[in-house]
Amino acid sequence: MTRNQILLYLVIAVSGVLGPIMFPNYTQQMAVMWVMVIMASTWDITGGQMGYNSLGNITFFGVGMYVSAVIQVSMFYDISLYTASYGAIKPVFTDQQYFVGLFAGILAAGVSCVILARLLGMVVFGLRGPYFAIGTLGVAIAAGQIAGTMDTIGGGAGISMPFFPWDIQLRSAFFYIICFTLAVASHFTIRWLFSTQFGLAANAIRDDEDKAEAMGIPTQKYKQFGWGIAAFYMGCIGAVFGNMVGYIEPVEVAFPAPTFGIFMVAMALLGGKGTLWGPVLGAVLFHVVKETTWTYLLGWQWVALGFILIVNIVYFQQGIMGWLQTKYPEKFGIIVDQSNVQAKEEA
Amino acid sequence: MLDNLQLLFVYAPIMNVQMILDGIFVGAVFALIAYGLALVWGVMNVKNICQGDMVIMGGYIAFTLYQLGVHPIFAIPIVAAVMFIYGWIIYVMIIRRVIDNDMFVSLLATFGLSLLMTQVMNLIYGPEVQTIDSHFPIAMMFDDFVTIPMVKIVSLALAMLLAAAVVIFMKKSRMGQAIRATAQDARAARVLGINTDNIFAFTYSLNAAICGVAGVLVSMIWVLQPFYGIIYTLRTFAIVTAAGLGNLPGVISMSFVLGWVEQYAGIVAGAEWQVAASVLMLLAVLMWRQVQMRRQRQVVR
Amino acid sequence: MFKKYSIAAGAVLAVGLAGIAAPAVAKVEGDTIILGSAISLSGKYSTNGLHTQRGYDFAVDRINEKGGVKVGGKSYKLKVKYYDDESTPARATQLAERLIQQDGIEFMLGPYGTGLTKAVAPVTEKFGVPMVEAEGASRSLFTQGYKYMFAVLSTSEYYLAPVLDIIAAKAKAEGKDPSKMRIGMAFENDGFSLDVRAGVVDTAKKLGMKIVIDDKLPADLSDMSATLTKFKALKPDILLVSGHSKGAATAARQVEEMRIQAPVIAITHCEAAKVHEKFPKFANGVMCPTQWLSNLPKKDSYFGSAADWNRDFKKIHTSYTEVPYQTAQASAAVLVFKDAFERANTFDQKKVRDALAATDMETFYGDIRFAPEGNNIAKPMFYRQITADGMYTPIITQADMTFPRKANY
Repeated sequence: MTRNQILLYLVIAVSGVLGPIMFPNYTQQMAVMWVMVIMASTWDITGGQMGYNSLGNITFFGVGMYVSAVIQVSMFYDISLYTASYGAIKPVFTDQQYFVGLFAGILAAGVSCVILARLLGMVVFGLRGPYFAIGTLGVAIAAGQIAGTMDTIGGGAGISMPFFPWDIQLRSAFFYIICFTLAVASHFTIRWLFSTQFGLAANAIRDDEDKAEAMGIPTQKYKQFGWGIAAFYMGCIGAVFGNMVGYIEPVEVAFPAPTFGIFMVAMALLGGKGTLWGPVLGAVLFHVVKETTWTYLLGWQWVALGFILIVNIVYFQQGIMGWLQTKYPEKFGIIVDQSNVQAKEEA
Repeated sequence: MLDNLQLLFVYAPIMNVQMILDGIFVGAVFALIAYGLALVWGVMNVKNICQGDMVIMGGYIAFTLYQLGVHPIFAIPIVAAVMFIYGWIIYVMIIRRVIDNDMFVSLLATFGLSLLMTQVMNLIYGPEVQTIDSHFPIAMMFDDFVTIPMVKIVSLALAMLLAAAVVIFMKKSRMGQAIRATAQDARAARVLGINTDNIFAFTYSLNAAICGVAGVLVSMIWVLQPFYGIIYTLRTFAIVTAAGLGNLPGVISMSFVLGWVEQYAGIVAGAEWQVAASVLMLLAVLMWRQVQMRRQRQVVR
Repeated sequence: MFKKYSIAAGAVLAVGLAGIAAPAVAKVEGDTIILGSAISLSGKYSTNGLHTQRGYDFAVDRINEKGGVKVGGKSYKLKVKYYDDESTPARATQLAERLIQQDGIEFMLGPYGTGLTKAVAPVTEKFGVPMVEAEGASRSLFTQGYKYMFAVLSTSEYYLAPVLDIIAAKAKAEGKDPSKMRIGMAFENDGFSLDVRAGVVDTAKKLGMKIVIDDKLPADLSDMSATLTKFKALKPDILLVSGHSKGAATAARQVEEMRIQAPVIAITHCEAAKVHEKFPKFANGVMCPTQWLSNLPKKDSYFGSAADWNRDFKKIHTSYTEVPYQTAQASAAVLVFKDAFERANTFDQKKVRDALAATDMETFYGDIRFAPEGNNIAKPMFYRQITADGMYTPIITQADMTFPRKANY
């Protein structure tokens, strides 16, 4: 790490810790921001770096949410009674039951999503380009619809999650800590991942998969591994988000493919896909813009969001990081062959 | 499930007539929208996520005209013209700037446009569900069991007419030939003196006009709501992807298959499986094609 | 070039920072009491979200005109701070916390619908913020032991299940055996409709009626012809549909198109979907549950009688021919808050909560008295049938009912 990088991490660590202390009322919004950061940066593992633009990563988010909910409830109650649409029982969770259930749920969510990614990967990684994108989108929508038909997990009526038992003022802080920790963990996982051979192989797959395969790179293995990591974090954060919301339901909360499923791609592209910091930057900006327009432009908020997306895509096609990279290549350790640039300009 | 199958094939086999007809009517409208998408996708490589919103927008324009006393059938040319101009404006302002980039840039630009259009329609027309009554009679057959609203027959005929017109236009006219040439190799077309920018603009506007017409049909058959666009988008993407790019007969037959799959899934497995069935069909087709390709050591691209 | 982009980026950042650094607003500001509400202004519930918002605003304006809320000898004006919850529970919880923590809101009005209320209620409960909700009817809301949530409306088992009782009585009076009647039904796959369904299933079992079609409609379905085709084949006697406004509109359009001649059709949200105006042929003979009647013989000093409220509301919002009960109950919720403030004579949340719990009042919307669980037990649900000329006639006993429904398609 260079000194600049260490400085950057220090700034983020300090603001990440001090943020909720200085603005305690905004803790929850900041927690959601880290959720968005995780979404965007894990999408980038296969999306930006490997060229496998998935529109279905939200599947893992929803599956994680439901796995965790089922575990948290069924450890202590009969799940079908708990979710009955007329509300047959009034569940009470002791502190211990809540926290044991929550952490067991998060862990189980992560693990089961890795297994799911492995199974799905066998099917979808034979698809390329738009077929992969639409195929994965189909997976996400199918998952949401199927969850809606399962009565034991509440069907379309959803599940009211066990509620945080301690003082409500601590609730946001508690979930903030989990989200922040997961965001940091995912960031360093990705950072480590792309400092190993994986990064080179991933970019080789993006640039020309057939050639990469011909060179003897086990592309399928790399794709599976990358997607598995993304699935793990998406599953965990889905479980956490479900508990933050407190009430989960298949179409709008767990599997919102037409909104969050596409937002995560938008965030990654906004910041610049295929870079370590691009998705992070994009997610933060996107979240801030969304929250601001929702407060000040009631009624016009979607118009504003759409407009900002279009302007960004049209004028910053490489994303912010990509634009910076072309502007100041030296700062990113990219050496530009001047003669090449000249030749290009003349052409 | 079993009793539903029994009902379908033992007690009331006449139901199948209604199902098949309904599937055709649904499929015809989807074939139109999907054809437009396939055109834009094939020629310009633009993934037009706001396809469904253009459909709804066409429906709302017809709705406005309907309130002014214009019958929806006569509104069709007006809607087509307005949507054509709208498509041209969108092309000049947005699509032209993203066209040379990779697929996700165009996908996101149109996604932003979709959010914007949805909310503007919501602000203008309100979230209330709107319908247009075309006052066409409803035909009854088989002891009043099978109903065939004339409006659906009319829209089927219109959809077929329009599709045929577009196909002939593509084959015979100079513009159509230029579009096909551009789709095959934009660079070569440019070298041969075709103004590809114009071609792209025309293609995109043509798609918008087709969507507009489909929207009028939707408004006569089903209901309009500003937030319904996404449903049409998802289904057309499923159709075009399942059919495979550049496969027009495939697009049309896939639309009918989708119509039937939805109808039969609704009857046999229950209405809650209707949407799931159409996406599962897409996944099944993609898997089947993969298995086929694997034999030749290829992938679906 | 660089300058242009950096200005753009700077602008985005500046707007963002301004958003984050927005000052918190106190709930009682000078002489204004600010109520908070996350309401569906976009997404699948937005039709009814708008009906609700209009009801809140109408009541707030009226109360302010008539001198506001008198607490501690001082007169306060009411104001509502809205956010758009996009019809998604994920957003609704975030907004509830935001209203409470950032905007300093201490009193809440409910969102639209069971799902969203389910998402908001645990948050307001834990923060000790009293919430009067007007649009969340599922019984599952009232088994959770919430102490700070009060609902002015009747719960969802009263929507369609009692219609079956009326039908059974009618059938008996006509010399038919109600247990021979068969039901075909389609409910939207969401919390509210599934609870309505649970009530129907219980009642049907009690009456010995057989359910032959039991479909759940996906939330974004605009085509229910598959269910209706099945209905035509099996020919049940009763068709029940529940799916908020767009479910009602879709059902109306397609039942009309397929010319379904069921002896009884009952759907929810008739008024909200304006079926009597848009689908008069379908509407003829359809039964609709309603929380409120515009000729209800109840009154209060702010809105006058139910008929007065109805007339005054239509004066402002001319697009309504039949005002949906969703709007009336939203107005009633504001009135309940006002009454509780004045009786508590303080803005202390606990005392306002106790005052709410002790509410016993007559409003244009009906009597309001809360059970310990928070639901209103003082008002009945009403059932109406639409006549051939698009009027709603109340059905109190089976004798008022036209049976079988004869539709002229």
